[in-house]
Amino acid sequence: MSQDRDAAIVGIHEYPSRDVEGEVSPLQIKAESASRALKDAGLNWSDVDAIYDAGEAGGMAGLTMAEYFGLSPNVIDTTNVGGSSYEFHAAHARRDIRAGKAKVALLTYGSTAHSNARAIGVGGRGGASMHPAENMDAYAGMTLIANYAMVAHRHMHQYGTTSEQLAEISVATRMHAMRNPEAVRAMEDLEFLDIRETTISDVVNSRMIADPLHLLECCMISDGGGAVVIASPDVARDCRTDPVWILGSGEATKYPMSGGDITTSAAAQSGPQAFLEAGVSPGEMDIAMIYDSFSITVLALLEDLGFCPKGEGGRWVEGGRLRFDRPNDGPALNTDGGGLSSNHPGMRGIFLLLEATRQLRGESTSQVADAKLAVAHGNGGMLGSRHAAGTIILGRD
Amino acid sequence: MNEPKRPLPRSDEFDTQAFWAGTKEKEFRYQQCKQCATVVFYARRHCTGCLEGELEWKVASGRATVYTYSVVRQSYHPFFRNQVPYAVAWVDLEEGPRILSNIVGVEDPLTEVSIGMPLEIEWEEHDDLCIPLFKPA
Repeated sequence: MSQDRDAAIVGIHEYPSRDVEGEVSPLQIKAESASRALKDAGLNWSDVDAIYDAGEAGGMAGLTMAEYFGLSPNVIDTTNVGGSSYEFHAAHARRDIRAGKAKVALLTYGSTAHSNARAIGVGGRGGASMHPAENMDAYAGMTLIANYAMVAHRHMHQYGTTSEQLAEISVATRMHAMRNPEAVRAMEDLEFLDIRETTISDVVNSRMIADPLHLLECCMISDGGGAVVIASPDVARDCRTDPVWILGSGEATKYPMSGGDITTSAAAQSGPQAFLEAGVSPGEMDIAMIYDSFSITVLALLEDLGFCPKGEGGRWVEGGRLRFDRPNDGPALNTDGGGLSSNHPGMRGIFLLLEATRQLRGESTSQVADAKLAVAHGNGGMLGSRHAAGTIILGRD
Repeated sequence: MNEPKRPLPRSDEFDTQAFWAGTKEKEFRYQQCKQCATVVFYARRHCTGCLEGELEWKVASGRATVYTYSVVRQSYHPFFRNQVPYAVAWVDLEEGPRILSNIVGVEDPLTEVSIGMPLEIEWEEHDDLCIPLFKPA
């Protein structure tokens, strides 16, 4: 029987105190334990390229733990299965290391259950449950749209990007939406005014919501949902549908960094991983399903994924380049109508996979002839502060 | 009649409490590692640059520039809905920290705020702490 020796535990630390007397937070326990375990291994923070976190110290741990530690991991796993989470994390870490996705995986746990229980009835220390980043940001009144507008403003300042160029994204997705009966019905049900194809002039003359973003550069807020089934090759062979293979994936997070470039998103890290693993280049993509929370999201992500150099996105999208009927100009963008004009129930990532799959099966309402390759890129959190990036490359036989 | 109030930070959040305590004295405190010189902001207990790091508190000058900004025209928050239009900005302090704040002291944020403009800190006083806002220098 063969033994696979492809991953090993190399550093450990057990936090010594069982009663921190309400003076230390779960986050602080995790960070201290991480630094001790890394020291035990003879490694440093900068060696860590994968984090596994059950989220016991706060929500959206995939984003917030990377920021708290100050890491930029390539693998982010937030599996939470209660007390067995860490065995799952170890298994995933081995898998990810064996697959070449990571070299140094960090698993941490921190809890002040005892201190919290004692605090019940005596007022407690509510600050333990608040993330420090949130405690720094909340007073400024930054709205969701303003968060993205910050990226747009800096992009305009740094590269000369214009509102007219950003509007190209809204115009192309609306054109695709008008061809999708479900998207048209969505706009009717949500009582959009004047449901029709739009022009660049329509977009830049719509109401300003947060400078420099206009109303027609913002996604809708809808209901909705979906599901995806993924199977092994032997199962896939016997399925009724033609398989759409996952050829590559990439993960990353980004957060406000002193001196950092807000115009570059975590996609600049996740995209190259995914394309490298898939063995294809952005230029080969027929379809780009890019999370369109706002116009600027798509522009920044197209650049970061490598469709054009950083800063040239504005010029690159000009002239209707993203339309489905311009296959020689690069990928068609969000052919279902996107979050801007089809649906956005809050977390749109699954719809990117759904429409990419329809395209590769030849079932889209804005079908690109003979589409073979698609990229689906999800952006979670907020582009102008802390966000997570997931890139998936899909292909058909 | 209670006027809606600006949402204020908690003074008992573990990592940032020393920062907010400093604002009572109108000090903008940030941390720097004695070993590796990494500037850590927002405040934490561990150095993000090295494992043995010892962070020391420093006080920033309050001189800063606008890195990027947006003028909010529409907000549903009970306090901020009455402030529109107002400028939110990522502000770079000259010592390195980047903080989210508001640009105040301008009559029209639509025309008087720009990327790169020099700023100085303007403390907004509250009962237990001060909020670091920024105005044109």
